[in-house]
Amino acid sequence: MTVAPDTAPNTAPNTAERTLVFWVPDWPVQAFFRDQQSSEVIPSEIADSAIALVTQHRVVACSAAARAEGVRTGLREREAQSRCPNLAVHPHDPQVDERRFAPIAAALERLIPGIELRRPGLCAMRSRGPARYYGSEEQAATALLSLATDLGLPDARVGIADGLFTAEQVVRAAPGSFMVSSPSAGIRILSPGTSAAFLSPLPVARAANGSLATLLVGLGIRTLGAMAALPEDAVQQRFGAAGVAVHRRASAAHPANSDRAQPRQPTRELGVEIAFEPPIDTTEQLGFACASVAKQFISALTAERLVCTALRIELTDDIGVHHEREWLHPRYFSAADTVGRVRWQASALARTSERGGAGVTQLRITPTHTDRAATHEPGLWSTEPDARVHHHLSRVQSRLGHTGVGTLELVGGRLLTERQRFIPWNTARVPDTSARASAAGPWPGALVAPTPSQVFPRPLPAELIDASGQTICIDTEDLLTSSPARLCVKHGAIDAPVVHWSTPWVIRERWWQSTASRARVQVQLEGGDAWLLFLEGEQWFAEGHYD
Amino acid sequence: MHSSSTLRTLQQRITQMQPLRLDDHTLPTAPGLQALFPGGALRKGASYSIQGSQQLALSTLTAASASGAWCGIIGYPTLGAEAAATLGIALERCILIPDVGTDGFGVCSALSEVLTILLMCPTTSPRQSDVGRISARLREHGAALIVTKDWPHTESTLRVIGSRWHGLEKGHGILEDQEITVRAQDRRGTTTHTVRYARGALVDMNIAPLHRLVSQ
Repeated sequence: MTVAPDTAPNTAPNTAERTLVFWVPDWPVQAFFRDQQSSEVIPSEIADSAIALVTQHRVVACSAAARAEGVRTGLREREAQSRCPNLAVHPHDPQVDERRFAPIAAALERLIPGIELRRPGLCAMRSRGPARYYGSEEQAATALLSLATDLGLPDARVGIADGLFTAEQVVRAAPGSFMVSSPSAGIRILSPGTSAAFLSPLPVARAANGSLATLLVGLGIRTLGAMAALPEDAVQQRFGAAGVAVHRRASAAHPANSDRAQPRQPTRELGVEIAFEPPIDTTEQLGFACASVAKQFISALTAERLVCTALRIELTDDIGVHHEREWLHPRYFSAADTVGRVRWQASALARTSERGGAGVTQLRITPTHTDRAATHEPGLWSTEPDARVHHHLSRVQSRLGHTGVGTLELVGGRLLTERQRFIPWNTARVPDTSARASAAGPWPGALVAPTPSQVFPRPLPAELIDASGQTICIDTEDLLTSSPARLCVKHGAIDAPVVHWSTPWVIRERWWQSTASRARVQVQLEGGDAWLLFLEGEQWFAEGHYD
Repeated sequence: MHSSSTLRTLQQRITQMQPLRLDDHTLPTAPGLQALFPGGALRKGASYSIQGSQQLALSTLTAASASGAWCGIIGYPTLGAEAAATLGIALERCILIPDVGTDGFGVCSALSEVLTILLMCPTTSPRQSDVGRISARLREHGAALIVTKDWPHTESTLRVIGSRWHGLEKGHGILEDQEITVRAQDRRGTTTHTVRYARGALVDMNIAPLHRLVSQ
């Protein structure tokens, strides 16, 4: 099926908005050079050297010299090297592209407000405002290009057409293309209402993604004009929503909203900072000093209809030592919670380090995770802890410190201390769904019920000796070398004869980290007292006490 | 905040409309422990002293915790979470204060306002004023206090006088069942009782013990 471009049945009134697209050809390569030199780039150098950036052995971007040798985007690395033997191949880093383009986007935004970043190197904006301000579309484009030259991008291009998709195609057009007027080297302007005629000879792959484009070409629909000639309901039936999107792009018949530049919102700084002179060294003072900042922090978030569920507090000493920590909240932070976290962090800091400084000179609070306030409205039947319990526990916690009050949680592991975790009150439980987090999962070597009611966070050193006073060990067959006669636990002040004991069972875990294997034994003493012991190396430890 | 005030009003109305129950003065008590206490249950506002077994002290929290009450454990840094969970304590409603520092009794009296049952393992002996303040709060808020040391004016004092394990032998077997003998001292006089645990869980003494024909 071939349809002549001029007979394309597109007579619908074109409602798409005039759009201006600013494009820097080969931006990844330019960004790479800028990153390598960290200075103003010399344009001739890019033109001279053949360079390609690759990801997963495919060319992502190449310089003009490499393109002249036949290197194309999407080519395999080996193929590109065979076409251009002096090709310099470097890995592609998308972050560099974005980082290097950010100052350019900011400079463009100073000239023309309301730009949309399509991708690094390509941005779009509505052309009506700039055209009116500068006198005409051409003058607006000239102003943009002169700014680009100042920024060290002499080969940047500007395209102006109806709608975003057409503008993106126009900017890539060669200077003498069909219907495109090119007043100067970097400017391509398509006059209003001629989009369909301009688009019709272009390959269909410009509008469709990989697999759909292959399918359409296989069906004989090679150009956008051929696609536009098909009836839309037939395309809808055969190719669904993706097909309809391609059809609408090809026929330049877009609904008014979908094909216009969406200007990015200026980002608002939500973090707060406060400096103290003279430095503050007590926790209480710091709490009072940051109360107003905390209130301001929360009210700024509320004004944006956000709540903060995680924040980072940075404290800086007068000797320049930096302490930062991220805090999570089970619900969301209020101003009082924020002050509480600052106090806890400051008190932990005073205890743990030998600080030569006189105190905190700077405090910075940054929200690290925010959420829409609408999703955090309280429900009628709430699942949160009783408000009274929460209030009292928070008060006790402010007295005892962050880790003073909490609940216990069972986690996965073999040793008893690994199987339980203390969660301070007011702290969000980070849900860990991995298999290692499940206490019920298969843990060979773990203790079966009954478990000791006393578990020592740090196992107590112990001595298990036989009748002749020798320390008992484990032989090569994982058995005790002799029968235990006496157990002596140092801090538990236990020194009593052993009546019954179990076969030792050995836990060998993390051998790749050369963790010593442990042999566990249950012993029962005279008088009905029972202990759980393990042997690590030559030393016995008491892990738990059946008290 | 208009919506939150509306919400509070609604929540208050729900609370008012819920049926009031006749106030009973007892807390839920596990069936295996009922014989130990005068009246067959833990009494609200009372304090108890349980000495010689942390396991027995923890067991007193189980029934209340299972019925939805909040409980607290103060000054017990070596608490075994798995043992508590096996006994039937809901860990998410069990507040642990591992180390209270110098003001353990102050914290205890503050928490007795919100927690239904408190287990305290003090390291120092209480002053008369502390005891008075705590017991006044317990009576006011209908909470119960279990202390693992000597405590004045307790409802009852339990001392473990013997413990026997089953399952472990000389060089084989594994700890399975425990039987502890408790001497209770209360207004009934001095009585002796037996509390049995099977694999870490409390056994109801009214149910005949299960005899395994095949050892596990």
